Amino acid sequence: MNLHEFIPALPEIFILIMICVIMMLDLFLDDEHRGFTYALTQLTLIVAAVITWRLYGMHAIVFSGQFVFDKLAAVLKFFIYLMGFALLMYGRTYVPDHKMPRGEFHVLVLLSLLGAMVLVSANSLLTLYIGLELMSLPLYAMVAMQRHVKRSSEAAMKYFVMGAMASGLLLFSFSFIYGLSGTILLPQIMTAHILGAHTYILMFALVFAIVAIAFKFAAVPFHMWAPDVYEGAPVVVTAFLGTIPKLAAFALLMRLVVGGFHLRFAEWHVVLTVLGILSIFFGNILALVQTNLKRLFAYSTISHIGFIFLAVALGTSAAYDAALYYAVVYVIMAVGGFGMILVISHKTEAENISDFTGLNFRNSWLAAMMLLLMLSMAGIPPLVGFDAKLYVIMALVNQHHYIIATYGLLMSVVGAYYYLRVVKVMYFDKPTTNKTLTTTVDGFIAASVNGLLVLLLGIFPAMLVVLCQGVF
Amino acid sequence: MLSHWILSLLIWVPIIGGLITLAVGMNDAHRTLIRWVALAFALITLFLCVPLYFEFDPNLYTMQLVEQHAWIPGLDIGYNLGVDGISVLFIMLNCFTTLIILLSAWSHTKEKAAQYMAIFLISAGLVNGAFATTDAILFYVFFESSLVPMFLGVGIWGGPRKVYASMKFFMMMFLGSIFMLLAFLYLHTKSGNFSIQDFQNVNLTAAEAGWIFMAFLATFAVKIPMWPVHTWLPDAHTEAPSGGSVILAALMLKLGAYGFVRFSLPIVPEVHQAFDWLLIGLSLIAIIYVGFACIMQTDMKRLIAYSSVSHMGLVTLGIFMVFRIVGETHGHNFAHDEDALIGLQGAIFQMVAHAFSAGAMFLGVGYMYDRYGSRLIKDYKGLAHAMPIFAAFYMLFAMANVGLPGTAGFVGEFMIVLAAFKANVWIAILAAFTLVLAPAYTLWMYKRVLFGEIKGRKFAEKNDLKANEILVFVLLAIPTIIFGLYPQWILHISHAASAHFLVHVMSRIPAGSY
Repeated sequence: MNLHEFIPALPEIFILIMICVIMMLDLFLDDEHRGFTYALTQLTLIVAAVITWRLYGMHAIVFSGQFVFDKLAAVLKFFIYLMGFALLMYGRTYVPDHKMPRGEFHVLVLLSLLGAMVLVSANSLLTLYIGLELMSLPLYAMVAMQRHVKRSSEAAMKYFVMGAMASGLLLFSFSFIYGLSGTILLPQIMTAHILGAHTYILMFALVFAIVAIAFKFAAVPFHMWAPDVYEGAPVVVTAFLGTIPKLAAFALLMRLVVGGFHLRFAEWHVVLTVLGILSIFFGNILALVQTNLKRLFAYSTISHIGFIFLAVALGTSAAYDAALYYAVVYVIMAVGGFGMILVISHKTEAENISDFTGLNFRNSWLAAMMLLLMLSMAGIPPLVGFDAKLYVIMALVNQHHYIIATYGLLMSVVGAYYYLRVVKVMYFDKPTTNKTLTTTVDGFIAASVNGLLVLLLGIFPAMLVVLCQGVF
Repeated sequence: MLSHWILSLLIWVPIIGGLITLAVGMNDAHRTLIRWVALAFALITLFLCVPLYFEFDPNLYTMQLVEQHAWIPGLDIGYNLGVDGISVLFIMLNCFTTLIILLSAWSHTKEKAAQYMAIFLISAGLVNGAFATTDAILFYVFFESSLVPMFLGVGIWGGPRKVYASMKFFMMMFLGSIFMLLAFLYLHTKSGNFSIQDFQNVNLTAAEAGWIFMAFLATFAVKIPMWPVHTWLPDAHTEAPSGGSVILAALMLKLGAYGFVRFSLPIVPEVHQAFDWLLIGLSLIAIIYVGFACIMQTDMKRLIAYSSVSHMGLVTLGIFMVFRIVGETHGHNFAHDEDALIGLQGAIFQMVAHAFSAGAMFLGVGYMYDRYGSRLIKDYKGLAHAMPIFAAFYMLFAMANVGLPGTAGFVGEFMIVLAAFKANVWIAILAAFTLVLAPAYTLWMYKRVLFGEIKGRKFAEKNDLKANEILVFVLLAIPTIIFGLYPQWILHISHAASAHFLVHVMSRIPAGSY
C-alpha cells in the first residue's frame, strides 16, 4: 500500500481529522464561544467539497477493493456537503435556542456525514455496513438530543429499534451473499455466476437487502417509523434525517441491488416497482390529512421515494440518471422545506401548517421562497421538481410503462393538493398577528438561496442534468 | 436583428417587470412608484408588439421569428419559439389586455398592490410563452405555470369563496393537463423529439390516435371549458378579482381553443372527424344549455362567466365543424374549402372579440363592486342615474357581447353561423340560438341593473367613472368598434395559417371517409 491509495479517500480522512480537532477544541470553549465550533464545522464542509471537486472525474478503487471513488460517489458526496452546509446554516440559532448541546451536535453531524460518505464510496459489503452504521448511530443520538422532551426520546427509541432491525436484515443478506459467492467485494459479487441462478437462498438475500434499504428510505410498507420519528425529533435533526440518509440510501440501493444483483434484474425490478407504487399511493394519500408539517413532509418524502424506486426499477442507465437527478432534486427541496420550518421557529417549534398562516403578510419574501419550494415539490413547472418528475415519467414512457406513468402523474395531482394547502395558508389566510416576522441573517440567506435555486435550476436545468447524465 | 429576440423579449420583459415590481413593493411606502413601474413594463411589452407586427409576414403560414436553443440536454427538449398567424394575434391581445388590467387597477388601493400588479405581468409573460413556443414540453411548462399567478390572484384578492374557487380551478386544470404531458411523452417516443411540427406528421395506429385524442380532449376541454367540465369557470370567474376574471376570459380560455388548433386537431384529425358529432354536440349544449343557465343567474359576474362558456361553445363549434363542412361539399377541392375556412376564421375572430367584450363586462362589474360592494343584480336599480358615462360604455360592451352588427362580437358569430349552414341546417339553427339567448341574458341584466327607478339613496348621488376607468373603457371600445367595422385586419393576419391548418388536417384524413 502506498500513499497514492489515500488520495481518493482524502475527503473522508480530512473530515475525520477535523472531527477530532473540533471535538477537542470544543472542550475548551464555553457556550458563548461555541459559534467557533459552528464556523469550523462549516469550514470543514467547504474544504471537503473543494477536495471532492478536485477529485471529480477520477475513478479509483483502493484499500484492497474496499473503497471506490467514482462519479456517483463524487456527485452524491458533493450534495451531502452542500446540504449539510445548508442545514447547519438554517439551524445555527435553532440549536442553542432549543438548549441542545452545540458542540456535540456539530460533531455528531459531521460523524453522520462521514458515515454517509463512506457508504457512498463503499465497494464491499463490509464498507457498506460500516458506512451505514456510522451514519445511523449519530442520528439516533441526535434524535434524542433534547432529553427532557418526551416525544424526542420516544422517537429516538423507535428510530433505533427500526434502524437496528434494518441493519440486522442487511447483515443477514450479506451473510447469504458471502455464503453463495465467497466474496465481499461488490464487483466480484456482480460477476459471480452463482448469483445468476434462481435459488431460495439467493432470493432471501435479495429480499432482505431490499427490505433493509426500504427501511432506510422509509418506503411503504416499511415507512411506519418515519412520520413519528420526523415529528418527534427536533426539526433540525428531522431535516438531517429526511435528506442526507436518503442520498446515502440511494447509493446503497445502486451499489448493492442494482450493481451486486444485476443478474437478478427480473426479480428486483418487480419488487422495486411494487414498493414504488405503494409508496407513491400511501405517501400522497396519507399526506392529505396531516396538519403537522413535519409529518406532512414525512409522507411527502415517502411519495418522492416512490418515484425514485420506479425509476431505478426500470434498469436502464437513462433511468438511473433520472433516479439520481430525482434524488438530488428531492434533497434540495426537502432541505428547503425543513429549513423553512427552522427559519420561522424561534424559541418554539413552528411545525404546524397553521404556524405559516398569513406568512405573506408578515414576511412576503419568506412566503415567496416557501411558495417556490412547495410548488416545486408539487411538480409545477418551471421549478426543478417538475424537471425531476418529467425525467422519471419520461423514462417510464420510453420503456412503455404507460399505466405506471399515468398513475405517477395522477398521484402527483393528489400531491399538489396538500402542497397547495400550505400555499393557501400562507397567502390566502389572514395572519393572527400582524407582527413582522424577523429572521436571522443565516436563515434568511439560506432560505433565499434555496428557494431561488429551486427556481433557477428549474429554468436552467442543463448543468444538473448533465452532471447526473455522466454518472451511469 | 430584433427579430431574433422579439419573442423572448415578449416573454421575459413582463416577467422581469413583475419581479422588479415585487422588489419595489417590498417597501409599502412606494405606492405610486409601484404603479408606474408596473405600467412602464406593461407599456414596453405592448410596444414590443409593434416590431412583432411589422416583422411578421401574414402571407406565410410557416413559423416565423424562430428562436432555437437547447434547453434540457439529453432529453431533446428545446427552448424553441416561433409564431404563426394565429398565435401572433393572441400575443398582441395578451399584451393589450395586461395593460388594460394594470390601468384599471390604478385607482384601487388594494392591499399588496405590488403583488397584484406583479402577478398579472408575470402571467402575461407566461401566456405569451405558451402562444409563442414550438416545443411541446416548453408549451406544457408555460401552459402549466400560467396557472400559478391565476391561482394566487383568485386566492389572495378573491371574494368570499376564494379558497374553494382557486383550489378547484388549479386542481381541475392540473388534472387535465397531465394527460397532455403524457400524450407529448408518448408522441416523443414516435417522433424522437418534441417539435410540434414533427408531432403533426407522426403516423399513429387507430388505437394510439384514440388515446392521444382523449388525452388532449381532457386537457383542452377543461381549459376552454367545454360542457360538462366547465364547472370550475363560474366559480373561478366569480371569485376572482376583476383583473383575474379578465385574464381568465380573455386569454386562459383561448389557450384551450388554441391547444385544439395547434395540437389536437393537426395531430389526430381522423379521430376528431370520427367523433365530430360528439364535439359538435357538446359545443351546441354549451351554446344553448349554458345560455339558458345564464338567464337565471343572480350574480352579474357569474352571468358573464356562463356567457363566456356559451361564447366558447361557438368557438369550438367553428373549429370542430370543419370536417362536416368539407364532407357536405365533397367533390370540390376540399383542401381549399372556403366555407370551412370561414368557420375556422370565425372561431378565431370570435376568440379575439370575446376578449374585448367579456373583459370589459367583467371590469364593469368590478367598477360597480368597488362602489357599491355587491355583484348581485337585485342590489342594483337605476344605476344609470349615478353612473351615466359608465352606462353608455356598458351599453356598447353589452351590445358587443350580444353580437350586434357593427361591433366586433357580430363578425365571429355571423361567420360561424354562416359556416354552420354548410355543415347542417340543424346545427346552424341551434347555433343561431345564441343570437336569441345572448340578448336575453345580457340586456335583461343591463335593464335590471342600470335602468329603472333609483333604488335607495346610494344610487342618487353621482359616482361615475374615474379618469383611468374611462381610459380603460375607451381603449376597449376602440377595438370593439374598429374590428366590428373592419374585421379584415384580424382575418388577414390569421388567413394563411388557418388555410394551411385546413390543408394539413384534411390531407391526413383518408379520402372517401367523409
